[in-house]
Amino acid sequence: MPRLIKNGAVVDDSWTALDHDTVAPQAGQICTLPQWLQLSQKKGSAVQLEPAEEPDILFEHLQEIALIVINFPVFTDGRGFSYARRLREHGYRGELRAGGHFIRDQLTYLRRCGFDAFQMDDESELEAALDSLGDFTEFYQAADDQPLPLFRRRV
Amino acid sequence: MYVYDQYDQKIIDERVAQFRDQTARFLDGKISETEFLPLRLQNGLYLQRQAPMLRIAVPYGLLNSKQLRKLADITRRYDKGYAHISTRQNIQLNWPALTDVPDILAELATVQMHAIQTSGNCVRNTTTDQFAGVACDELEDPRPYCEIIRQWSTLHPEFAFLPRKFKIAVCGSTEDRAAIHHHDIGLELLANAQGEIGLRVLVGGGLGRTPAIGSVVCDWLEKEHMLTYLEAILRVYNKHGRRDNKFKARIKILVRAMGVEAFREAVEKEWATLKNGPTTLTEDELIRARSFFDAPDYAVLDRAESTTELQAACDRDAIFGNWVKRNTQDHRVPGYRIVTVSLKSTGYAPGDVTAEQLELIAELSDLYSFGEIRSTHEQNMVLGDVPISQLYALWQHLQGAGLATPNIGYLTDIICCPGGDYCSLANAKSLPVAEAIQARFDDLDYIYDLGPLELNISGCMNACGHHHIGHIGILGVDKKGQEYYQVCLGGSQSKDASIGKILGPSFKQEDMPDVIDTILSTYVTLRQEEESFLDTYRRVGNEPFKERVYAPTH
Repeated sequence: MPRLIKNGAVVDDSWTALDHDTVAPQAGQICTLPQWLQLSQKKGSAVQLEPAEEPDILFEHLQEIALIVINFPVFTDGRGFSYARRLREHGYRGELRAGGHFIRDQLTYLRRCGFDAFQMDDESELEAALDSLGDFTEFYQAADDQPLPLFRRRV
Repeated sequence: MYVYDQYDQKIIDERVAQFRDQTARFLDGKISETEFLPLRLQNGLYLQRQAPMLRIAVPYGLLNSKQLRKLADITRRYDKGYAHISTRQNIQLNWPALTDVPDILAELATVQMHAIQTSGNCVRNTTTDQFAGVACDELEDPRPYCEIIRQWSTLHPEFAFLPRKFKIAVCGSTEDRAAIHHHDIGLELLANAQGEIGLRVLVGGGLGRTPAIGSVVCDWLEKEHMLTYLEAILRVYNKHGRRDNKFKARIKILVRAMGVEAFREAVEKEWATLKNGPTTLTEDELIRARSFFDAPDYAVLDRAESTTELQAACDRDAIFGNWVKRNTQDHRVPGYRIVTVSLKSTGYAPGDVTAEQLELIAELSDLYSFGEIRSTHEQNMVLGDVPISQLYALWQHLQGAGLATPNIGYLTDIICCPGGDYCSLANAKSLPVAEAIQARFDDLDYIYDLGPLELNISGCMNACGHHHIGHIGILGVDKKGQEYYQVCLGGSQSKDASIGKILGPSFKQEDMPDVIDTILSTYVTLRQEEESFLDTYRRVGNEPFKERVYAPTH
């Protein structure tokens, strides 16, 4: 079973991986956006966004979706960071997973933007990568993990 | 100036530890070159032609004497005993070893300095007027806003992997000394009809391959909304900026492609979610930020008396008098002057400063200018608060150290990037061209007669030497493996911003002093009364210059 970092620990992935070729994804399977749009039942669904797919199209169903994966085909394409923030700002509370090729040195930023699960290319890196989640303990900006900017918290 | 509290220090210290670990993993083969690239760039580290180059952040160009001494010490211990002031007011070291960089960053952190986001596709060092807080034409000190932006942009989680680099400048005075029209975002402090001060927001200016002047996206923004509005702009850019072609990835291309109206609408839409949220600035935060830039303990001096005193000193020593005229400026407080320390003496790369000079400037700032120093985007340094009675003593020290070349704002005060001698991006060398021009025009009377003149040189299209906005701009180009130089005329970095027009085919390096000579003598022939070079150029255009420069030789 594939493994990933979720809520700060390495765990098994209970979802079935995305299958581009299937017309009818099974329950518990991650959908591409076009597949997901075809689903008659959005409750408990899982969808993966690619960098060119803005999350706004999901906004109406944020209370029903169980998992949103934002894929990073290349780690330098930072669109997913903004997508994550927008999803959280619009009230999404389900699992928000980073997938694809990102690097452990981005974990703090990803978490701050609202990701709570990280599925990395190289699973053998997962344990070591946990360390990078703790790179910073103080931040200037407001973000998903710290709703107040430092200037409202300084004592 | 801004002083770190425990929070700022913690963030900087954690960053040093993070980069130390990243460097160790890289040297251990656990991070690939490609993955290490943005990590090191966002800590100011380039791998260059000769050695790595480390670009140290000087937030909005402000330094204290302790920091300057530390920099001098670092250049001696880890480099070759000199540093370079960049056109973003930062300080560059040209010869550090990669393995030393974590230690250098740790040293910097002990004096509240860092190299965060001085490179990479992220928000870079915010720049401003080198005369902020002391200029006579200032509406409000821009530095508190710069500091607020510095904190907001430092390690911003959402904007560390933008399509391309992102530069912000803030101006708070009538004259624009921060080139805000040529930044990704330019912020201008200005007053409305009720006398309240707010911000005008320009977006999409820039230099590089496609020079552009910024468009007004918001005519009036209340200060409290500054950060949420910036965040909305960055978010539109992060989502929609082009990522398929690095030469079309800057925000100026996006603004042009969308059109200003559509771009503004997109920003407003993003802003709707962010506006009035927790990132909205509080009155307390504005007060706190301003408190770091309160006026120092100025002596109460009589303006008329000190003017007479200065005049007498200038009369006694004409060389001193000339330096006062060329390298110092009026200060908003009676009895004080702003002194520019020239880093433009012939024979030395523009903007280079030795460890000994750094230490001397530190000492002079302690003696004469409240221990503060500014770096300028024109690659000089400034002592902002010098009592008129101390000018002569200060000048003697500067003179003795080669720091008093009386050329500020004149032809030989050249802006120049490190070019092909150091930089691996460069198409051509820029330093020898600067030196040849400085050597040719060594007659001070002639350069004074030419009046205010900005000559800017870049070694490649990236335009670090701001060639498009020099009155005379020189660009190094590669022509079939040979270094050639293209000339453009008529650029301006002021509020009357303009982008220079290319004169014609490029020239060989050895011909450059002659080409500049012909351009200058054409101006001298054509100018009317009090016209500056730029005035004349704007009146007559490129043609007369072109005719003379490309005239067949007899």
